[in-house]
Amino acid sequence: MKVRVFVNLKNGVLDPQGRAIHHALEGLGFKGVQDVRAGRLIELEVDDSVSDAALDEMARKLLANQVIENYRIERVAA
Amino acid sequence: MSGFRSAVVTFPGSNCDRDMAVALEQVSGAAPFRVWHGDADLPQRLDFIALPGGFSYGDYLRSGAMAARSPIMRAVSEAAARGVPVLGVCNGFQVLTEAGLLPGALMRNAGIRFVCREVALTVENSQSLFTARYATGQQLRVPIAHHDGNFFADAETLDRLEGEGRVAFRYGEPVNGSAREIAGVLNAAGNVLGMMPHPERAIEPALGSSDGRALFESAVGSLVGA
Repeated sequence: MKVRVFVNLKNGVLDPQGRAIHHALEGLGFKGVQDVRAGRLIELEVDDSVSDAALDEMARKLLANQVIENYRIERVAA
Repeated sequence: MSGFRSAVVTFPGSNCDRDMAVALEQVSGAAPFRVWHGDADLPQRLDFIALPGGFSYGDYLRSGAMAARSPIMRAVSEAAARGVPVLGVCNGFQVLTEAGLLPGALMRNAGIRFVCREVALTVENSQSLFTARYATGQQLRVPIAHHDGNFFADAETLDRLEGEGRVAFRYGEPVNGSAREIAGVLNAAGNVLGMMPHPERAIEPALGSSDGRALFESAVGSLVGA
């Protein structure tokens, strides 16, 4: 089964990359973009037996750095 | 003193390990052990462990994230818990925060750009085993070369670090957006130091600065109680 782990910076943490992307969008002439935050999507292919608790542990131990990042785990139906 | 037993850890993508080894050998008189990331054990009875700069694992996922989970880091964490001095420079600092041995995180520089130049540093705490040969408030010139040196921690953590004298070095100028211009921090016990500037690249005048040399002299001196 496919699992998606979305990792993004916490609110209040400055995102220089998001800011640069925002600036580039404005440079391309796009109007009305108020803010840009860049995150990361990690896709895992796992056995059905892998528990939610195990996925959560993977996110906490490696996939996200909780000092600066939040994560959200989503199981994707095959 | 030639009995100084130090180790330099090399991760895939480390590129300052040799500079670190040269600095340790020049100052202590003894060549450090070279340890590979995949090793499970460190040499016995170490006096000092150095995690060098570089781009371990290509900075995949987050700078230092993969290296922090490599086999040798379990041994480094155990040694740190026993009080063995551990120095992490640049990528080594990133590895120490990712391993949870130091608080905070090192994010992309606020100006986005890789910054490679000599910067002004202020010694904030000369009571640590790494900084005893400096004076508090002393101004240094030390090179930096990093993309992810923007030190972040929440306000409560920053207040605690400052209150406990755990800010070892501060930039004397805005460099990378680091909170409160923090360039180097100590753990609570004072035996783990992480810093973005490269003292090992500033150990003799031919390198442009010898201001980093006293850091290694402090560590060697602390061992013999000098």
